[in-house]
Amino acid sequence: MKTLIDYIEKTANDFPSNTAVSDDVSALTYSQLISSSKSIGTALSKLGCKNRAVAVYMNKTPECVAAMLGVSYSGNFYLVVDPKMPAERIRKTFSVVDPVAVITEDSLVNNLADAGYNGKSFICNEIISGAIDEDKLSDIRNKMLDTDPLYCLFTSGSTGMPKGTVVSNANVISYTNWFISAFGINDKTVFGSQTPFYFSMSVTDLFGALRTGAHLAIIPKKYFSFPIKLIQYLNDKDVNTIYWVPSALCIVANLDLFKYAKPEKLEKVLFAGEVMPTKQLNYWIRNFPDICYANLFGPTETTDICTYYVVNRQFEDGEPLPIGNACDNCGVIVVNEEGRECAPDEEGELYVRGSFVAGGYYNNPEKTAEAFVRNPLNTAYPEIVYKTGDIVRYNEYGELVYCGRKDFQIKHMGYRIELGEIENAAIAAEGVATAACLYDSQADSIILIYEGKIDSESLLSEVRNRVPEYMVPSEIKKIPSMPHNSNGKIDRVWLKNNFKEL
Amino acid sequence: MDEILEILGEVKPGVNFEGETDLVESGILDSMTIIQLVARLTDEFDIEITPLDLVPENFNSVEAIKALVDRLAD
Repeated sequence: MKTLIDYIEKTANDFPSNTAVSDDVSALTYSQLISSSKSIGTALSKLGCKNRAVAVYMNKTPECVAAMLGVSYSGNFYLVVDPKMPAERIRKTFSVVDPVAVITEDSLVNNLADAGYNGKSFICNEIISGAIDEDKLSDIRNKMLDTDPLYCLFTSGSTGMPKGTVVSNANVISYTNWFISAFGINDKTVFGSQTPFYFSMSVTDLFGALRTGAHLAIIPKKYFSFPIKLIQYLNDKDVNTIYWVPSALCIVANLDLFKYAKPEKLEKVLFAGEVMPTKQLNYWIRNFPDICYANLFGPTETTDICTYYVVNRQFEDGEPLPIGNACDNCGVIVVNEEGRECAPDEEGELYVRGSFVAGGYYNNPEKTAEAFVRNPLNTAYPEIVYKTGDIVRYNEYGELVYCGRKDFQIKHMGYRIELGEIENAAIAAEGVATAACLYDSQADSIILIYEGKIDSESLLSEVRNRVPEYMVPSEIKKIPSMPHNSNGKIDRVWLKNNFKEL
Repeated sequence: MDEILEILGEVKPGVNFEGETDLVESGILDSMTIIQLVARLTDEFDIEITPLDLVPENFNSVEAIKALVDRLAD
């Protein structure tokens, strides 16, 4: 077994009638998923190319998963495109990967022309139950390597051209080996899937499921605004494991939702993608003390995650959660500005080594060379490591603590400041639902933007009690609701561009 | 009613809301917009919208939103 679909076929042999993927309207069992993917793979195989990008421009449905696997059956790699993505951004993305074909839906196909795409396109429904050419598919598979790309995932770059991280079969196999064993994922697991397939977090629950016979229950996005229905859905689907962005978990806490409805089967609550505020986590823990909570941490470039922390002690509201230690078969080093390993309590940049580390950015040698570098601690042979741009340090428990982004670290009045620390201080205050901190470099001022019941003067004095004077924001703005990007995370790019009008 | 239309226009510009009766299922009000809308309504009318009121039926038309606000303001 070398490719990811080899492993998924084995799952399908072991659990053919288990539900693999479902949403609120349809479902595919493992045997249906494999045959649908093979049909799609057969149709794509007529393109006669290998290791090229095929875009999957579809809504988040079970059929979309079949399309993604179908691309892999054809010997190519997939690129999932957000159906809501603006035409201009699609154009830019396509100019980087030059897809040989697009798999799409009737309702979306017309947008492709707006994005300037006039190449080959397939309507998923028209090829999902077509003929399967087993000989051709096995011929393609025999020629595949585990280092061949499985997918390319574009990260929402703050400026200019988007960067497409190329992730191989071997990356995802090593990565899911860790995830499955660390959290005991098996054929009884039911994931309530929140994150979109064009976001790296989805790799974890999707392939964690497909490698074990678990069920991935896709949660329609609308349920996050109708939270009682959300809980009903989780209960109807017997969801026992969720891996969500903290913003989604906070919606539940901020509404005091468990007063009105309770999830019945939940055993594991995992989160990643942004900082989980301890105030809202404590709400979950108070209501469900027996659930296993874990903070996962990592970038798209290490497949999804490189370190994790299973919550094993109490945290005060506002006290940051550690990001823990490296995943099994993944190595992390903390490097200072001189390129040397940090002293035990010294802050430095997190570098990641090992099999989770992606190949680089597609068609982008400059950005690849900047971030995928030789291990500065190993001069003996070329070992490539990924520079995360995250500043971390070890705490007294020997766990890594996230201090902030290298590019969030600001210099203000001569002090080095992590904006995240100010955010934490604000979120810990009573009556604050969520907060984000910005730095206006032109004015050299710190701006705190928040959502909550508290008025800005009281919040300012709360913050003043928690951080040194030089970190107190010079401006504080209350907004009715925090903007979120399509992944569900706080939209910091939008805030940065629009804070003056708030 | 005009006040609600005004708020709707702010959270989702460029839509003619009058006469629409399927704002949720049609996707005109997506999940993030609804969260913003709820925050604005809470602020503007000084009401508390609990999870019990967060159901699609209360957001499918301007009339439904108005009825919700009126009920909670009492």
